[in-house]
Amino acid sequence: MKVGIPAEISPNELRVAATPKTVKRLQKQGFEVQIQKGAGIKANFSDKEFEEAGAKIVNSAADIYGNSDIVLKVKEPTTEEVGMMKEGLVMLSYLWPAQNQDLLKKLADKKVNAIAMDAIPRISRAQKMDVLSSMANIAGYRAVIEGSYHFGRFLNGQITAAGKVEPAKVLVIGAGVAGLAAIGAANSLGAVVRAFDTRKEVAEQIESMGAQFLTVEIEEDGATSSGYSKEMSKEFIEAEMKLFLEQAKECDIVITTAQIPGRPAPKLWMDYHVAAMKPGSVIVDLAASTGGNCALTKNGEIYTTDNGVTMVGKLNQLPSQASQLYGNNLCHLLDDMGKAEKWKIDMEDAVVSRAMVTYNGKINWPPAPLPVSPTAGGKAKVIPPTAEETKANDAEIAKKKATSTWISISVIGALLLLVGAFAPSAFIQHFTVFVLAIFVGWQVISNVSHALHTPLMAVTNAISGIIVIGGLLQTKNDIGNVMTILAAVAILIASINIVGGFVVTHRMLKMFKK
Amino acid sequence: MFIVKEIQTAAYLFASILFILSLSGLASQESAKRGVLFGIVGMIIAIIATVMGQGVEGHVYIISAIAVASFIGIMLARKVEMTAMPQLVAILHSFVGLAAVLVGIGSYLDPATQALSGAEHTIHLVEVFVGIFIGAITFTGSIIAWGKLDGKIPSKPWSFAGLQMMNLILLTACIVCGVFFCKAEGTGGMLYLGIMTAIASFIGIVLVMAIGGGDMPVVVSMLNSYSGWAASAAGFMLGNDLLIVTGALVGSSGAILSMHMCEAMNRSFFSVIFASSSLGARTGEKKAMEGEVTALNHEEVATLLKEAKSVVIVPGYGMAVAKAQYPIHEMVQVLQKAGKKVRFAIHPVAGRLPGHMNVLLAEANVSYDIVMEMDEINPDMPDTDVVMVIGANDVVNPSAQDDPGCSIYGMPVIEAWKAEKVIIMKRSMSAGYSGEDNPLFYKPNSEMLYGDAKASVEKILGFLKA
Repeated sequence: MKVGIPAEISPNELRVAATPKTVKRLQKQGFEVQIQKGAGIKANFSDKEFEEAGAKIVNSAADIYGNSDIVLKVKEPTTEEVGMMKEGLVMLSYLWPAQNQDLLKKLADKKVNAIAMDAIPRISRAQKMDVLSSMANIAGYRAVIEGSYHFGRFLNGQITAAGKVEPAKVLVIGAGVAGLAAIGAANSLGAVVRAFDTRKEVAEQIESMGAQFLTVEIEEDGATSSGYSKEMSKEFIEAEMKLFLEQAKECDIVITTAQIPGRPAPKLWMDYHVAAMKPGSVIVDLAASTGGNCALTKNGEIYTTDNGVTMVGKLNQLPSQASQLYGNNLCHLLDDMGKAEKWKIDMEDAVVSRAMVTYNGKINWPPAPLPVSPTAGGKAKVIPPTAEETKANDAEIAKKKATSTWISISVIGALLLLVGAFAPSAFIQHFTVFVLAIFVGWQVISNVSHALHTPLMAVTNAISGIIVIGGLLQTKNDIGNVMTILAAVAILIASINIVGGFVVTHRMLKMFKK
Repeated sequence: MFIVKEIQTAAYLFASILFILSLSGLASQESAKRGVLFGIVGMIIAIIATVMGQGVEGHVYIISAIAVASFIGIMLARKVEMTAMPQLVAILHSFVGLAAVLVGIGSYLDPATQALSGAEHTIHLVEVFVGIFIGAITFTGSIIAWGKLDGKIPSKPWSFAGLQMMNLILLTACIVCGVFFCKAEGTGGMLYLGIMTAIASFIGIVLVMAIGGGDMPVVVSMLNSYSGWAASAAGFMLGNDLLIVTGALVGSSGAILSMHMCEAMNRSFFSVIFASSSLGARTGEKKAMEGEVTALNHEEVATLLKEAKSVVIVPGYGMAVAKAQYPIHEMVQVLQKAGKKVRFAIHPVAGRLPGHMNVLLAEANVSYDIVMEMDEINPDMPDTDVVMVIGANDVVNPSAQDDPGCSIYGMPVIEAWKAEKVIIMKRSMSAGYSGEDNPLFYKPNSEMLYGDAKASVEKILGFLKA
């Protein structure tokens, strides 16, 4: 089967759907790979690299679309591109099916089986092919780099000979994949990071990435069964706006990442928020392409407002890195669909059936809803005991322990008295020695390091060969005596034990070295 | 030439002290070698003091027996492979058990015994009886343990419903034999002694048969303990304090070792020893596995390792079986040269003998300061880039923490899943010793690498060096 990768036409699209690494991988999956000349240039992959990786370089896009079984693309195809496609072609690309009904119709008419990579359901099994996550990860990271570039100061606090530098304060709105990636990047650059999200459940994730979770004092959870947040009540939004206004006065870099699929991005950062910010501050709006979270964002533009706030409405996509991750996502999907030899479009499969937006000439969109469970679905929460409860518990256990210790000591005492009352004196003497030795053994062994348990066992084994003394005491001069024979055998095997045990322990210990 | 009793006693006391120092010396690597030396000196003093004591005869036989035994012992210990260490230790235990039985019978036949009377006679007979009982159990139990460890006997627990009942009946039968034995005149109790020895031998077999391969570390150390008690019992019947002391030392140390291990597995000591059910039965519904198992090839694993800054290796019994410790050590050296932080995480019950993994790694020259215990390494897991699980399964099973229905729930485990990436090297997807599925394999950050551990590590090594 042939996999073809055309060059992206849009001048703004720097990525490519395959890299030399993923080309190798595709071949391992059994595919034949052909790529349009110059497809990887904008992402810094030369034709030579692709050729070395084993791809065939093809001159025109028409060859790719007409002569491949599977086409890998990044940006949704133009009408012109659709025109070049052959019937029955499988195409993997971003499609944004909710916004591009016309495109779907054209693809269906052409009988192209199109897989919208952005429609891969966000379930755990499909994580490895989730391009939204992999791209959001890059966007979040880049937002911080971009923000810090336009921000004229260090992000981390420093105390230098030239004076003290305050750390920058970064506010991240929306803690999805992009938001979390931004938190992580800002945190590792040394900024003080705060993050806001309407979904309470992400508080833990935010804190784990090193940011402070900001919240409003209204009990309302924005989580939905789809994993995205829902729109909130009026009261909630008012409180949120008030919180943002306070933050606007303090924060140096604001990164907004709130997006609702298939709808314009929610407006979260109003003009009066921007007005409240200090000159030199930066706003990076990752939702710029869907209208922006900030009222003043201009898509594809970077400009400075009258009060000196830099608005970033476009982002470098890190094309090389993005292509690599996107290409991996595609490989994983092809893997899932059976690779070359067992290739199958399985419309029963939860992932394929949802992402396959046109199939056999029919539009297959929107799919049936598939709820994901951001918290493991319906799992009963265990309520951890409070500190006092644990303390009370511990105290009770300690008390019980003390009581049982006293009881067992009394029992042991009574038993010893009993032995003393009946046993002959020689026995009592031996018994004393015996009990004391047990205690010594107990104390001595308690602090042996775990690593030495095997040598310890070998040594104790050798030492238990002391039973040889029993044999020694029983040997007689008369070899015909049964006792002597028994004793000689006992000596023999016990001595094997002693010698073998010590030698083997020595051998083992010789090996332990620093 | 004889030495007087007082000097002999003093020599015994000295030997006892040396034995105690020997055991305590094994507390750390630095003093361990000295510890062994103390043990050897103690043993030599004990034997010389005994042989030169009054009333010892048959020196020729003694010396020749010891000479032959030394030769066999040295050969055995030299030849044994480190991976076969558990078997060797088990079979040596059986020798002590057998010796105890022989000494017990010898003591019963000793005319001096017959000369005793009254309470002393009865107590002596009880001592003989108990000594032989423990010795016989140790003997056959150790042989079965050896067979299981060596793979000659299937390591699966062999058990049936009435096992406990049968053991109880057999034990009662032994006690009845004991009563008749004590009442018998002269050496007339020999018959009862024989019956009891047979029953005890049988109990030893059944006891260890019922315990599965994964619990073998506990069993071996328990048998170690038994061999000590057997020696101690022999000390009582011969009135020899050195035997009593040494036996008790070994017995209690073996017992505490077993208990430590049971704690590490979160199982009660008695449930292991009496093998009621070798593993707690599953109490809850089996959880369905979520997610998907993804596999990598050797080259991809090598790439992951090259990109990682910190690597933790979790070895298990699979490493021992494949003898993968040598290539692993080489791999560790390559990674360390590349400036990576590489450490080993050892679970307390990994392998078939306590500390088994440590010995194997030491054999391959792995420096012991990068070999960590579970509790030392767990807090570092979230900062670890790659965890390589080599031939281990249950010790990295997250169900032990989050699935209360799981049979190993509550057992402390190495939290491999908290690392950035987990590579699990395994032959197949089969369950571990506990029979529990391992959800770790299904986590999105874990990847499988199928195949023999040694061959796999060697291949990875090839890619790392390339």
